[in-house]
Amino acid sequence: MGMTDTLLAFLFGFFAAGPMEQFQIQTIIPFSFGETDISFTNASLWMMIGVLTALGFFTLATKRLALIPGGVQSMGEMAYEFIANMVRDTMGEDGRIFFPFVFTLFTFIFLSNLLGLLPSIPGSPHELHTFTPTSHIIVTFSLALLSFGLVVIYGLFKHGVGFLSIFAPSGVPLWLMPLIVPIEIISFLSRPVSLAVRLFANMLAGHVVLKVFAGFVGTLLTAGGVLSVISIVPLFGIVAVFLLEFLVAFLQAFVFTILTCIYLQDALHPHH
Amino acid sequence: MDAEAAKYIGAGLAVLPLFGVGIGLGILFGNFMQGAFRNPSATAGLTGNFFIAFALTEATGLFALVIAFLILFS
Repeated sequence: MGMTDTLLAFLFGFFAAGPMEQFQIQTIIPFSFGETDISFTNASLWMMIGVLTALGFFTLATKRLALIPGGVQSMGEMAYEFIANMVRDTMGEDGRIFFPFVFTLFTFIFLSNLLGLLPSIPGSPHELHTFTPTSHIIVTFSLALLSFGLVVIYGLFKHGVGFLSIFAPSGVPLWLMPLIVPIEIISFLSRPVSLAVRLFANMLAGHVVLKVFAGFVGTLLTAGGVLSVISIVPLFGIVAVFLLEFLVAFLQAFVFTILTCIYLQDALHPHH
Repeated sequence: MDAEAAKYIGAGLAVLPLFGVGIGLGILFGNFMQGAFRNPSATAGLTGNFFIAFALTEATGLFALVIAFLILFS
């Protein structure tokens, strides 16, 4: 076996088999309830890691409260103020009751996105590779359905039938209503779908692009000659995409929560 | 035509919406910059809305990308 072959075997044993391999669900602890498979998978593991990170961080941030906050405390305060301002700007003072929900939603999505960007430990078993829970549409759709369900239930609970007035915007002439109402209903019902697909597609696309670039590096490096030298170009590409992914991880969590806030505003004040 | 070849052509065609997304992002960035440079004191108020609009526009391109992936890998 020549040197090139050894290098190839090393690289492709080391890196994933393809750009989509990273999204495979691996069972860690098999567990089933009757016919339903409820195993503890790598998706569950990384969601748990996200929740534990949030718990650890906010425990640490609020442990020794000082008037002049230290490093961790001021980070915690920044996170709190960021969401508090978002809730106040979109929903006003009555929106405070939704603050815990919005804060939890943001923290969970942001940490899921961010922790998924960590590199896997080389040589670790496949089940323990880094995994982004939000790159699976079922996760994002469940989250979107949660906020959509909250809007519907809270709106109906608080305003009763009056909540349906969100489908009839004020100031629209009566003869236009047969056209406007179906459009409003369709746009209302497509909210969870667009929320879910936006987050899922961003995470999926980002991670696929990272691995495609990694594949370029591997292929070029083993091609020999000038091509091996050129392999530095996609390597810098990975760095650039990685930085962009940090922005996207934050931005998508932000967009998801702010859209949730805007939708919850409808439930609070349906007469717009 | 070979079914495999048609698949790759289809995946290529599915990402054509990126054309529009590119134009959209260009307009968005351009107008944001224009607003920010004309009135620098208003920049802070514009940034939040700008990022929402950026994410919404970018999402359109990603929807196309998802379709392309579905064609390629399923």
